[in-house]
Amino acid sequence: MSQGGFNWLLKLALAGVCLPALVRADDSQGLPRRLADTGLYVAGGTTVRPDVLPFSPQYPLWSDGAAKRRWIWLPPGSSIDASQPDAWDFPRGTKLWKEFAHGRALETRYLERGADGSWRFGSYAWNADGGEALLAPATGIRALPAPNAPGAHYTIPSVDDCRACHEGAPVPVLGFGALQLSADRDPLAPHADEARDTLDLRVLVARGLLRNLSPQLLANPPRIAAASPAERAALGYLHGNCGNCHNDEGPLAVLDMTLAQRVARPSPVLSSIVGVQSQFVPPGAPADAVRLAPGHLASSVIAARMSSRDPLQQMPPLGTSAVDTEAMALVSRWIESFPNHSSN
Amino acid sequence: MQSLKMLVRIALVVAASFARAADPAPAAGDEVARGKYLVTTSGCHDCHTPLKMTPQGPAPDMDRMLSGHPAQLEMPPAPQLPAGPWIVAVAGTNTAWSGPWGVSFTANLTPDQETGLGKWNVRAFTDTIRTGRHLGRGREILPPMPIPAYRNFNDQDLAAIFAYLQSIPAIRNKVPAPRAPAAATAATATAGTVAGS
Repeated sequence: MSQGGFNWLLKLALAGVCLPALVRADDSQGLPRRLADTGLYVAGGTTVRPDVLPFSPQYPLWSDGAAKRRWIWLPPGSSIDASQPDAWDFPRGTKLWKEFAHGRALETRYLERGADGSWRFGSYAWNADGGEALLAPATGIRALPAPNAPGAHYTIPSVDDCRACHEGAPVPVLGFGALQLSADRDPLAPHADEARDTLDLRVLVARGLLRNLSPQLLANPPRIAAASPAERAALGYLHGNCGNCHNDEGPLAVLDMTLAQRVARPSPVLSSIVGVQSQFVPPGAPADAVRLAPGHLASSVIAARMSSRDPLQQMPPLGTSAVDTEAMALVSRWIESFPNHSSN
Repeated sequence: MQSLKMLVRIALVVAASFARAADPAPAAGDEVARGKYLVTTSGCHDCHTPLKMTPQGPAPDMDRMLSGHPAQLEMPPAPQLPAGPWIVAVAGTNTAWSGPWGVSFTANLTPDQETGLGKWNVRAFTDTIRTGRHLGRGREILPPMPIPAYRNFNDQDLAAIFAYLQSIPAIRNKVPAPRAPAAATAATATAGTVAGS
């Protein structure tokens, strides 16, 4: 049976016992039914409003090769408070969008901070001619036909899955922080956009959109301390793709494994993975398998899980059905050349 | 008469204030007792406490209470069922289940630090039950765990269940990871493995 067939069977099996969960009260959270009504576009079309700002994190999330565009909007006169360098406080009314495309736009995700400080999550599914995007059900859409996507289909996540990733970090806004918007961009970062018209820390401060940023971070844009360029890029990739959940402050702190980088203090990334016994032991692996075995790719559980799309093993566990081969090449090169037991 | 009405009003206000005072969260002991009640009546033992054979037939092995599938009970490959309406096979312990999803092993719910829920907090537990994902973020929790029913527990009930589970004896028992169906295992074998040594 193909992997796709297995995934289908698993979903079917899960759906068989989960149908009651799908019968839920309307939890659109009061979001507009049409993307056009969220404030992204100039009225009457799909031209992005001039006060909606595009941005591009230097370590983007892998989403099966989807092309992405991202935007943020802050209420007039408001600004982001960077007093906590790794947990920016966004003003009430902040809006963010991320568009996913495989040949054509398929989905635009929407994140909004309400007047009460809470965050609302929604996904909008584009119609085939790209004329309109409508709010997807809170349960998501499992298999949108998408000829250019891996497996020729595309999945819109449920609101629960949105929250699973976004609420694992100190702040639910991912990809818009000090390290991700540093002007000292990593040239080896997989899948990063070219740094054109980039909204970086200096631009944000100069435009009055970011306040209380440490002068040190402004003078010396943050970068990951690493033993080599490959290590810097590998750690950056893990930060952007895994650190949202695997950090030492969120709900998964109980795992004692952090892949998130911090700009305010050193992050115990290497000490939490190098030579550390894995709690998850893949079938057939020794009981004392470790998260990262220096120099030994085949003995590193992190690499095994990143390169698997078996739903029971894969990492990340959601949001992707295709292995990121470019990133795996980078991470493999880093692990295989890893010097013995250094830590940061 | 007027003063009687006033007295009644005062009495009602005082009674209402006592009622509100009685509402808050139960004391720790009460919460654990409530959790024990819910665990006992919601069928948690059915799968998470292994069955053992006794002269009277299968019975829960309370020496392994809520510790999940026994690590030393290594399961052979699941039987391949013929096409038809039968799709599930179950171990005699009731702790290992095979179906279209692969093989699932029931979790160790005791507060053991390394193999159970000892390092978990109530949020991790609540997130798991509400989302049907491990720790609220990881892989999907597999059948037969009745997530669709349990996700309807309210916060207080889930907190009570967690409080009770944290109060029971810790049992060290490393439950195996779930297994994919054999065909899928072959399909992913080339993608990445952790070699035995």
